Amino acid sequence: MTPMHVLNSYVGSPVERIEDLRLLRGKGQFVDDLTREGLLHAAILRSNVAHGRILSIETRDALDLPGVHAVLTAPDFGPSVPVIPLRLMPMPSLEPFAQPVIASDKVRYVGEPVAVVLAESAAIAEDALELIYAEIEPLPAIVDGTKAGDGQVLLVESSGTNEAAQYSALLGDVERAFQEAEYVRREKFRVHRHTALPMEPRGILAEWDQESERLVVWGAAKVPFANRRILAQQMGLAEEDIDMIENDVGGGFGVRGEFYPEDFLVPFAARLTGRPVKWIEDRREHLIATNHAREVDCEVEIACRKDGTILGLRGSAFVDMGAYLRTNGVIGPRNVAQFLVGPYLIPNVAVTASLMMTNKTPVGTYRGPGRYEADFFRERLFDMVARDLGIDRVEFRRRNLVPEDMIPYALPTVTPVEGRTQFDSGDYQATLARCLEEIGWDEKAALQGRLIDGRYHGLGIGCFVEGGGTGPRETARLVVEADGTLSVFVGTSAVGQGLETACAQIAADALEVPMERVRIYHGSTTYVREGFGSFHSRAVVMGGSAIQLAAEALKEKVREAGARHLGCSPDEARIVDWTAVTAGGKSVELAELAAEDLTAEHTFANTKHTYSYGAHAAHVAVDPKTGAVEVLDYLAVEDVGRAINPLTLHGQTIGAIVQGLGGTLLEHLIYDENGQLLTGSLADYMMPTASDYPNIRVVTLQLRPSPVNPLGAKGAGEGGIIPVGGVIANAVAAALAPFDVQPRELPLSPPRVWAMLKTAREGAIV
Amino acid sequence: MQVSMEINGKAVSIDVEPRMTLADCLRHHLGLTGTHVGCEHGVCGACTVMVDGAAMRSCLMLAVQADKAKVVTVEGLSCDEALSPLQAAFRKHHALQCGFCTPGMLTTAHALLSKEPQADETRVREVLSGNLCRCTGYTALVEAVLEARDAYQGGQEA
Repeated sequence: MTPMHVLNSYVGSPVERIEDLRLLRGKGQFVDDLTREGLLHAAILRSNVAHGRILSIETRDALDLPGVHAVLTAPDFGPSVPVIPLRLMPMPSLEPFAQPVIASDKVRYVGEPVAVVLAESAAIAEDALELIYAEIEPLPAIVDGTKAGDGQVLLVESSGTNEAAQYSALLGDVERAFQEAEYVRREKFRVHRHTALPMEPRGILAEWDQESERLVVWGAAKVPFANRRILAQQMGLAEEDIDMIENDVGGGFGVRGEFYPEDFLVPFAARLTGRPVKWIEDRREHLIATNHAREVDCEVEIACRKDGTILGLRGSAFVDMGAYLRTNGVIGPRNVAQFLVGPYLIPNVAVTASLMMTNKTPVGTYRGPGRYEADFFRERLFDMVARDLGIDRVEFRRRNLVPEDMIPYALPTVTPVEGRTQFDSGDYQATLARCLEEIGWDEKAALQGRLIDGRYHGLGIGCFVEGGGTGPRETARLVVEADGTLSVFVGTSAVGQGLETACAQIAADALEVPMERVRIYHGSTTYVREGFGSFHSRAVVMGGSAIQLAAEALKEKVREAGARHLGCSPDEARIVDWTAVTAGGKSVELAELAAEDLTAEHTFANTKHTYSYGAHAAHVAVDPKTGAVEVLDYLAVEDVGRAINPLTLHGQTIGAIVQGLGGTLLEHLIYDENGQLLTGSLADYMMPTASDYPNIRVVTLQLRPSPVNPLGAKGAGEGGIIPVGGVIANAVAAALAPFDVQPRELPLSPPRVWAMLKTAREGAIV
Repeated sequence: MQVSMEINGKAVSIDVEPRMTLADCLRHHLGLTGTHVGCEHGVCGACTVMVDGAAMRSCLMLAVQADKAKVVTVEGLSCDEALSPLQAAFRKHHALQCGFCTPGMLTTAHALLSKEPQADETRVREVLSGNLCRCTGYTALVEAVLEARDAYQGGQEA
């Protein structure tokens, strides 16, 4: 017996993923799994000097190596080397800081491309790198963003400054709020440099067809259409002459799929040589070439009434941007400024974020960009303030959360690229209450600061918002195929998050068909006219909404086609099981109607963001002898409005939390004073493993659907990482309260915790 | 150098450069691209294959070292008809997201459960800690491996 399909049963159900069937069998197709006839392999010589002037690059020996086809340096790329424009929030004043695709006169970070070798094998290409002699005169390197502003050494001389820009987030009258406040406190905090580290390194395969003068680029991810626009402009091609093909993608988290130098160098080399060219990043390259993130110093000041009501927040953040402003580099700093307030009602705000250029790898977005940093600053500060005022720290938060009756609630406005946004819906008290209940806050409170079996115990808590669903629009096209199955084409892209499954759930429910009869085509530029990709937790919210609306249009078309066949009005026609259209006892097979080009397209446009929200809590134990922090219990509560697939959402949230714990406790990109990366392998850069954080719990709620899209869904998956730094630091502070240890800087690695404790104890003795 | 191996049950003889890793040999010369290369310095475990029954990092092993060995890759643990119990448990528990580390996780877990079908959670976490995953946070992976244990009882190779 064929099981009956139940109406609207996929969305909201823990549906097992379509993607898994190929990925579990080793049949995924990642970019390095592809090859082409006549393939050349590219390897890139990167600067080993952080800041210097290129005097000469000698390539003859490399060219003489058998199997080497070409060695390219800056002059080979034309009279002027193309520069990578900012994809998000460009401003003319930022242009001097954009990255050229290859260094020509100066190098500005260790890892900057200097030459490209093309050879018959990857091994030969790498051998040839050692035969290129680049003479680089070293200049003093700037490695500290807070000292970059003195202007003694300039990365870009013509700009006259190392401060590329300053963003401001303003609300109300902050001066007055501080003048009138009964209590103020000023603090300094720092989040360290770390990054996303997806397991698949980046890679590109490009092929130029001389006859048709067309280019195909495999390995596209995240924002293929935006990258095509940049590449077309740089190569003097029409956008339509480039196909960007999305393959299976081994994790994104913000860093993959942005336009990097290699995204030009490899396609350019393919056109130059007339042969397909492939470049696959190795892990050492990845650690110096792919975007870093998160490094922010922040001075912040808060004004309150004695009852704990927050009156104002002001501060200045200095964001270490690395050597160039990359495509989305400004997002972290502008988010630090705008989201420092979090989900709290703070009527007067003035926060600036300065973009400081340094001789380190450029930064970009990493999951929860700017929000992770801002949440650490704010939630840490709140615990200090609550203690000063003698108010329970949970109660302090309760008193200041934005009340539901004030939502939609406008956040501080960001300038100079003006950004206005507002919370869309939410009961912030509810998620905080649920979080306290689930972690057993009241029962565990007595453990805090107590030494149990040689370790100090502590609890931490923090509230957060997670932005998502950014516009401007997304398009979906639905086609009924000749066999009656459905093809869904959508402009968002997959970065390993299970997009195919989520989109298939939405399409199948909207059309009332079994999921097996839906096929999803996404990402590549060959499927739809335009697409805006996957970032800011938008792929499902925007793409899914477009699918939902296109499905309504398609049903109408199918009814109309059926009505024509059956000689009735479309209102009388009924679609039955997506196999036939019936009316008045007569019926016509859908496969028969498919001959009539049954296609529907719909664009969902939206300028409003979704805001998932919630609270996290943690219970830690700190070993005073080693400084090691063990996470005994970690709990996340988040309201996502509507969960399309609870199974995948749950998994993404746990994954994000563990990433956050890695960033808070383990991971650190450390540079020496010469701008050399000291943690340049996975043996030095400590990612979490299976034995590190076994105690993670996630509660997903669907209390308040988003009013800004037809699904009611809110962008989700980033929420897991946003509050982690603040929550863990608060738990460590609570554990070490007997010594008044106050973490102000991440990571809370064993040496740092041990040193803080030592300093506090020595202070106590004196 | 000429190397003869049994790969996924089939005899293979291939001429390789002495410096070629087993991973590159499998991927680029034998078309077995299910084995992934994530770090090339033996830390991430994505390239794990089974060599004579033991989980090995194919990026740290030269193809010539695998001469006369029996090699099993993720393709060798798979059939078109149905997922293996281990694969099905991965799917059920959502133990993979991007899928890049997955082949190494499957081979590592298979090697473990084939020898220690009773492995408890601590042991599973200990063994999986040699493989990095950036997506899942490991919780679902551990759940999946624990559930798949049933299929390995009595020496049955799933």
